[in-house]
Amino acid sequence: MSDLITLTIDGTAVSVPKGTLVVDAAKKIGNDIPVFCYHPKLEPVGMCRMCLVEIGLPVRDRATGELVLNADGTPQVNFGRTLQTGCTIVVSEGMVVRTNTQPVDEARESVIEFLLSSHPLDCPICDKGGECPLQNLTMAHGAGTTQMDYSLKLKMDKHVPLGELIYLDRERCIQCARCIRFQEEIVDDPVIRFHNRGRSLEIVTLSDPGFDSYWSGNTTDICPVGALTTSDFRFGARPWELIPVASISVHSPAGANLTFSTRREAKSGGRSVIKRVLPRQNENVNEIWIHDRDRFVHQFADAPDRLQKPLIRKNGQLVEAGWEEAIELVAHKLNGLGEKAAGLSGDRLSNEDLFLFQKFLRQGVKTPHLDLGNRTIMGGDVTAKVGISSGSNLGELGQGDAIVVVASDLHEEEPIWWLRVKQAAQRGATLVILSARPTRLDKFASHTIYYRPGEAVATTRQLLNAAKIAVETAEPDPIKTAADALINAQNLVAFYGAEGLTLAETDTIARLLGNLLLVKGEQPHAGRKNNGLIAVWPHNNTQGAWDMGIHPAFGPGYKALDIPGKDAAAIYAGVQSGEISALYVAGTDPIGDGLLADRGKLDFLVVQELFLTETAKLADVVLPAQSWAERDGTFTSGERRVQRYYPAIPPVGESREDWRILAQIGEKLGLGKTPFAASLVFKEVATAVPAYKGMDYRSLARVEEQWPIIGRSDLYYGGTAYDNKHGLGQQWAAAAEAAAVESFDTADTPTNQPDGIRLIRAAALFTPGTLINHAEVLAERLAKPTLWVNEADASHLQVADGYVVNVAVNGRAVPAIVQMNGKLLKGTAVLRGVPYFPGVVQLEVIGNR
Amino acid sequence: MFGEIIKGLGTTLKHLFMPPVTIQYPEQKRPVRTRFKGRHELKRYDNGLERCIGCSLCAAACPADAIFVEASENTDEARYSPGERYASTYEINMLRCIFCGYCEDACPTQAIVLEHNYELSFYDRASAIYTKEMLIVDVPVNGRATPQVVEPGVFTRSIPDMENPK
Ligand code: SF4
Ligand code: SF4
Ligand code: SF4
Ligand code: FES
Repeated sequence: MSDLITLTIDGTAVSVPKGTLVVDAAKKIGNDIPVFCYHPKLEPVGMCRMCLVEIGLPVRDRATGELVLNADGTPQVNFGRTLQTGCTIVVSEGMVVRTNTQPVDEARESVIEFLLSSHPLDCPICDKGGECPLQNLTMAHGAGTTQMDYSLKLKMDKHVPLGELIYLDRERCIQCARCIRFQEEIVDDPVIRFHNRGRSLEIVTLSDPGFDSYWSGNTTDICPVGALTTSDFRFGARPWELIPVASISVHSPAGANLTFSTRREAKSGGRSVIKRVLPRQNENVNEIWIHDRDRFVHQFADAPDRLQKPLIRKNGQLVEAGWEEAIELVAHKLNGLGEKAAGLSGDRLSNEDLFLFQKFLRQGVKTPHLDLGNRTIMGGDVTAKVGISSGSNLGELGQGDAIVVVASDLHEEEPIWWLRVKQAAQRGATLVILSARPTRLDKFASHTIYYRPGEAVATTRQLLNAAKIAVETAEPDPIKTAADALINAQNLVAFYGAEGLTLAETDTIARLLGNLLLVKGEQPHAGRKNNGLIAVWPHNNTQGAWDMGIHPAFGPGYKALDIPGKDAAAIYAGVQSGEISALYVAGTDPIGDGLLADRGKLDFLVVQELFLTETAKLADVVLPAQSWAERDGTFTSGERRVQRYYPAIPPVGESREDWRILAQIGEKLGLGKTPFAASLVFKEVATAVPAYKGMDYRSLARVEEQWPIIGRSDLYYGGTAYDNKHGLGQQWAAAAEAAAVESFDTADTPTNQPDGIRLIRAAALFTPGTLINHAEVLAERLAKPTLWVNEADASHLQVADGYVVNVAVNGRAVPAIVQMNGKLLKGTAVLRGVPYFPGVVQLEVIGNR
Repeated sequence: MFGEIIKGLGTTLKHLFMPPVTIQYPEQKRPVRTRFKGRHELKRYDNGLERCIGCSLCAAACPADAIFVEASENTDEARYSPGERYASTYEINMLRCIFCGYCEDACPTQAIVLEHNYELSFYDRASAIYTKEMLIVDVPVNGRATPQVVEPGVFTRSIPDMENPK
């Protein structure tokens, strides 16, 4: 292979791809060249000089270009007069690297001595102490003595909040700029930077609120010292006292891999609690990054208001009761109700829970009426056919590939995907964006097409039609050029969201994009690796809910039902009309979400939840469930990757797993014995859902070597993200991978295109919700209800920046602060940080101040 | 043979008139050596601030896993120790402790010291766990009790400044 380069490091020959840096080449053969400023995910800068090594190049004859040989026939090597930084030098053929000579050792000793000259050495109280690259490398390469006068040590501020999430200790910073470079290069949020020079150099934040980035927590992982710490973990525990437990994000539709660090605490009454959340490496999913919602939302798990015991309504009051009584009661009430009963679940639940949920309702209660309580986006059946193929990795997309994003603000809805798409675009992939408004991703797009709210389907259809016709148009039409770029790409990935769309519209868009992936007749994009459709689901397990058959028309594995049941909207109507007399709600809050006004004519309402939600307050029986941090289970991400999470903390109170509660009630209704463990439920899933065939808890726990190497003894290299020892998960194959699929039927959907200013809702990462409201540290970051309007529209509405107005949305008045947004199209307004509402409504402002 | 009996009785008689080695414990107590390792004490600085900064190094060093430390953050309005961190929970299980003194060696602030009290007995296991309140010494005469309200920016460092090696 011509693009492999062979060099020798300390006498060992190694072949690495062209362009590899010396430190990485050494790492591959287990030679740890110490680094501080270098990070395998960042561009090298050569700032700290820790990686100095001797580098020699073979001597060539100037005239002939031939290698000059020594007397013994080995090539003559010319070592430079000085040491060189291994992190900035790219390998070349015949290079010889020496890392264990006296000059190298001396250089390392001096760099360490220099870095420590003003370091406070307060390791005993430093949160990084115990997993600190500076500490480890000092032990490994430091001299143990110093020529510096201790009294000359600089004293600087040790308590500098860079915002309420991240704290800076100026004394500890070794000025490697990893944090600054991460914010600039990786996540394009340059909100921190160096200020001043030399010894007065310090890190400052440029934003208000401080360190305003969804990714701020990652800087604490890659900071090679304890200069940056997170507010939730400050002085919380010493790293060696923590027990790491592998988990998966419940919110992130990309399925970010996490690690919970847990510890038993006296403060928490002797319970094991989650002390911090760190990323777990999965190069196919989140690499080694997580966003701040995944990092800080964990505090809900131990919130004092978690439900502890089953509650039963007696004389109008919810009172605590035993499990036996509650289960008996629910089974008794639901027995034989048949079609008078209905069930609604949330997509926060695991595959095991959801599978048993539908089994319990369909086979136990014998009702076909079940759905997700708060469905915002359709298309699971489409992704099952033409979804991104198994074995795909968004990290592999680049030059020659294309990505299209329709009606989604990835930066707010799934920052991980935003990052992966942005990086693909930076590697050269063509990025096409169809959106009603500008988003953070536009900057990286090659084609941006804005449509007016309500015209998403029409615009996507135009794109599809343009992709189908080969004829040249006279004038360059932006849609046509974008369509050509997409269709001619090597690989094509299509994302779609639900911004400003009704449910029916999202379904049509999924199908239109499905057809786009099928355009190329014989060799469609769909079905090939690194190609396919991705729905920007609201939660990690929304795809799983489709797979498990939480749908009025499908059973598990997309088996179409003979007689479809009622969907959520029909169930809500049925509750009001009395057609539905009993409702089973698990992990969703229709009343809190404003989908259901009250109990209506229900005789019996069961709620299975973590907290006493608005719906639970009206229930007859409330069953306390365990959060995912307390148990085993699996989630299926938006890339259809089935991933396993593990129990991190003991159950709160008497709470039980959702699946167990359902199975125990089901047992009374004749569904057979309650399975012993979640793994057995998953076995049942793997039999019932064809795509999951062959998966079990063991296969989901499989891992393989990943690059870069992260989180082992070499913390100095990649930071404190955890090595993945508990499973990379398995992506299930879309139907198109095995056989050609027919193109989708895309009937026209009625769309609402109101007169006047069209208002849509935009998602925000920190939109208030059941779990996030319990995360204290995020309280100030929660998205405030904001109305974005264009200047022209604002003057027409007679509002200005900072006005507090009431916006009428589906008969409700939503208070919001007005913010001018010059980038919005005229006639488009956006409401952000408010509960979900579908589609487009006409902007109506009631009263302004 | 007779002579031997006399000799034996002689020894007995001699001991009868020797001063006794037994003392009337607990009325009377024998002093211990200066370096005796008895029950731990958590020390204070002269101003009353606690020396312990909740670093858990003693717990890490302890071969018997007898120590449990939980830290919290100091503020100038409620300051327990110098610097940012203090021990909000500090427990030693005296049934586990083997009085090796490793904790004392590990402590960066000389907060934990094995002192001279050897009178450790309990009726049950739970009372063998000595809490911070039981371990910490009284506030010195001119000091103030913790938590203290202090002037901002004075006690910023957890560990006393190092001196140049001689
Ligand atoms: S805060 Fe940490 S990552 Fe940032 S420059 Fe300082 S040492 Fe480097
Ligand atoms: S004396 Fe030894 S055994 Fe006892 S607490 Fe200290 S370190 Fe542990
Ligand atoms: S006693 Fe000493 S070693 Fe133990 S936590 Fe306190 S300061 Fe640290
Ligand atoms: S200069 Fe190479 S790691 Fe810093």
